[in-house]
Order: sequence, then structure tokens, then C-alpha cells
Amino acid sequence: MAKARPGNLKRFYDVNGWLFVAPALLLIATFMFYPIIRSLVLSTFSGRGMMMKFVGFGNVVRLWNDPVFWQALTNTMTFLVIQVPVMIMLALILANALNNPRLRFSGLFRTAIFLPCVSSLVAYAILFKSMFATNGIINSTLAGIGIIDTPIEWFTDPFWAKTLVILAITWRWTGYNMIFYLAALQNIDKSIYEAARIDGVPAYRRFLHITIPMLKPVILFTTITSTIGTLQLFDEVYNLTEGTGGPANATLTLSLYIYNLTFRFMPNFGYAATVSYVIVLIVAVLSFLQFYAARERS
Amino acid sequence: MTRYIRLATGSLQYILLGLAAFISVFPFIWMVISATNTTADIIIGKVSFGHALLTNIQTFMTQVDVPLIMWNSIKIAGVGTVLTLAVTSLAGYGFEIFRSKLRDKVYAVVLLTLMVPFAAIMIPLFMMMAKAGLIDTHIAIILPTIAWAFVIFYFRQATKAFPSELRDAAKVDGLKEWQIFLYIYFPVMRSTYAAAFVIVFMLYWNNYLWPLIVLQSNETKTITLVVSSLASAYYPDYGTVMIGTILATLPTLFIFFAMQRQFVEGMLGSVK
Repeated sequence: MAKARPGNLKRFYDVNGWLFVAPALLLIATFMFYPIIRSLVLSTFSGRGMMMKFVGFGNVVRLWNDPVFWQALTNTMTFLVIQVPVMIMLALILANALNNPRLRFSGLFRTAIFLPCVSSLVAYAILFKSMFATNGIINSTLAGIGIIDTPIEWFTDPFWAKTLVILAITWRWTGYNMIFYLAALQNIDKSIYEAARIDGVPAYRRFLHITIPMLKPVILFTTITSTIGTLQLFDEVYNLTEGTGGPANATLTLSLYIYNLTFRFMPNFGYAATVSYVIVLIVAVLSFLQFYAARERS
Repeated sequence: MTRYIRLATGSLQYILLGLAAFISVFPFIWMVISATNTTADIIIGKVSFGHALLTNIQTFMTQVDVPLIMWNSIKIAGVGTVLTLAVTSLAGYGFEIFRSKLRDKVYAVVLLTLMVPFAAIMIPLFMMMAKAGLIDTHIAIILPTIAWAFVIFYFRQATKAFPSELRDAAKVDGLKEWQIFLYIYFPVMRSTYAAAFVIVFMLYWNNYLWPLIVLQSNETKTITLVVSSLASAYYPDYGTVMIGTILATLPTLFIFFAMQRQFVEGMLGSVK
């Protein structure tokens, strides 16, 4: 042990503190900060492969006039705006139902609903691809219970292709978010609910006025992570559409577009880096807004 | 009257949870059943067991070097997880005992990396790895994700529950900080490590985009990459592909079930 004389104590702590976090900081600096700055520099260059020349804001101008980029941006935002709120609500409702202490088989339900997030993104995308085939199990079931007359073209109709992606990511991630809520719910003092119950507050109002406010930090956390996740959507759309981005680019996401620009088409690292900074900007703005909104109301 | 309402909402709860559980589990059932069926049967949505299991396994084995590919995946996920847990738990502990004025600023910067989308650093990372001659190696897959900010955050949250009396007592006994970490913190925080293990192992095992870019030869590929490329044929042989998806899912499924109790405990500890 270092000579822990009282006067030395503060510095002693410091050295240890730095030593413990040093490996992480070093790795983060090398594999996060350096690349993100490098990416910014890259975005001012353009050209094929390694033959690049400085273009300043040239890539931004190209971005502005690139219909495929706007399509990818619109798709990504559509997924975000529809999928994240639906999933968060669903996860909250399921967690709330599971938190009922008198519920039987709760362990079984919990495990089952959590199970999807154990599967790999690729594996479930492939499973969904086979299940949603034109004559596949989903269409025949829907026809069997009389919901549809003609099979839905999940892969060739732009609207249904988008819907399929939303269904897929909701299936994969709802249980994951639910576990966070469940964990947080079990830390809430039961007597608050008891008091509300005695006062005759109905269940749905207990949910709205006790559960949701108490879970606000966790909801904020899951919303931000889900938002970042959806903005980075790649594995599912790549595997559902063989990397093409679906019918008429209907499921092309920003990440898939960046991948195509870098590794599929004639590589243009500079332009791809510019598109990637759009995601950085959106993540930054949305996270800021979500923090701000959470702070405002509390 | 209220009894009936309670009964109705009660059964509604079971219907809702039952439906959610069924939808969650069905694709797994589908995967297992489909592995025994021919591609033609899978495409028309057959949900009963067939007789094609052995043929599917045989076809898969002729197309894929199963032991090598599984070993690649296990190696990446195993080594990656151990390194990640070591580095992030050190940091999580470090940030709690850190007494520097800079601490909160440094921590905020670390958390900021959570918001950096992978797509934004993917190209420079690829160029770095190319320059270092690490393309097509497993080291290149592991390196960028070792210091995962989310896990640092998780360990720091969990460390808040670590009793400081234990540390103080150990210090009085003359233990060095790293000894406290190794001999006291690590055993006490076992369930925290277990939960992190499950999450991080899955991250490495299921990682796709980065390996897709870096791993180029057939000898280095992971099971996820192989299954994906089998499934991306114009007319994929789903019967065979299903064998692959089972192989790609089994290890994480197994780890999850084996560590489920510790996993839930660990998660509970982290959101306190």
C-alpha cells in the first residue's frame, strides 16, 4: 500500500483512479475519437477508392441533391417515428402486467418475451424472410382467419416492406426494453401502489400517474438507446432484402446506404463519411431534445 | 360488479401476455420445425415436422466447414467478452473510486461515445485496420468494441451498490487497490459480471456489419456471416439455411438459459 499519510491520500486516490480507467480511455481514444475526427476530415474529400482530392463542402452539396440519400433519410426517420414509440409503449404495458405479484407463470412469460433478443439479428431476419414469403405461414394464417383475401406482397410492395421491417425490429427489441422496466418497477416501493389502491385510483391511472413518472429515467435511457439503434439499422434490412434496400429503395436505411457507398458501389469514402455525419448530427440533436424534454417535465 | 371487472382485466392480462409470449417464441419453433422440412415445404408454410432433417444437415456440412466456422465465432465472442469485461469493469470501478476533479468530465466524454453511431466510424476504422495489416483477422473484430461505453456505464451503476465499508476494511488490512478489486470486488459482484457476460457475449456473437467488412476469406468467417450469405442466394435453400440459423442461435440461447437467474439479478442491481 502506498504511504497513505492523510495529506497524500488525495493524490493516492487520483493515481489509482486514472490507472483503473486508463485502458478504457486509451481504447476509446484510439477506436472512437480518432475515427470520428478522421471521418470529419474525410468528409471534405471525394474520389474513388484511395484517389481522393479535397472538395470542401462539395460532398454536402452532392448530399443535398442526392435523391437516394433523401429516400434513405426518410425511411430511417419513418422507422424511428413509428417503431420506437410503439415498442416503448408495448414494453411498458408488458412490464406492468408482469409486475403484478399475483400473476401466475410470470417467470415463464418473462422468459418467453425476452427470448427474441437472444437471437442474432441475421438469424431472425432470415426466419422472417421465410415466414413472410408470399405463400408462407404468415399469409396463409392471415387468410385462414379471414383477415386478407389475397396474399400480402411483403417483399415487393414498398408499404408492406416497410411494415415488415417495423414488425421485425419490434419483435426483436420489445422484450429487451421490457426487462429494464421490469427491473426498475421492482425497485418501486409497493406501498405507493397500495396507498393508491386504497384511495380507489383505478389501474390505468395508477399506470399513467405512478408507474410512468417513476420510470422516467429508465424510459429516457431506453428511448435514447432505441433511437440510436434504429438510426443504425442495418443487419435486418440487409438480410431481408439481400442488401438491395427493398423495392424501389423502400427499406434502404442510412447505414445500408453508407455501406453501399463504401463497399458495394465504386467506393467513395469521402461521400460515405459525409452521409455518416448526418447520422451523428441526428443522434446528437435527438438525444439533446430527449434530455431536454425529460428535464423540463421533472 | 367490481369482481367481474377485476376478473375481466385479470384474464385480459393473461391473454395479452400469452399472445406476446406466443409471438415471441413462435419464430424459434418455426426455426426448429423448418429444419426438418424441405425448402418447398417451408415456403408454403408447413408447420409440422418433416423428414428432411438429415438431408438438410448433410447439405449444410458439405457447404460449410462447421467446426472451423463455429470455432471462429466462439473464439471471437469468448476472447472479446473476457477482454471487454476486464477493461469495462476496471473502468466502472475506477470511476467510482476516482477522486479527481476531472472525473465527471472524463466520464461524460466516455458516455458521449454511446451516441456515436458505428456507421460514422466504420470507414476510418476500416482504413486503420488496413494500414495495420489487420484486415481479415479476428483481432480487428474485437479491438474497437472492447471499451464499450454501455458496459462501463453498467458497471459504474452496479458499483454504486458495492459497500464502501468492505473497501475501507480491506484498506485498513493493507490491501492495495488492485487487490481489493481482484479479491473482494470481483467475487462480490459476481451476478453483475454474469449479466454483463450474457449481454457482451451476445454482442460479439451476433455482430454482423463489422465482421462483414473485415472478414473476407472463408477461413476467418463467423457463423452469422456464413448463414447470411447462404440465405442471400436468389432462391435460398431454406432447409439448409435453417440448420445454420439453429447453429447461430444455440450458443446464445444456451448461455441465456444457463445464466438467466444471475442475469436478472445483475440487471436489477444495475438500475437501482
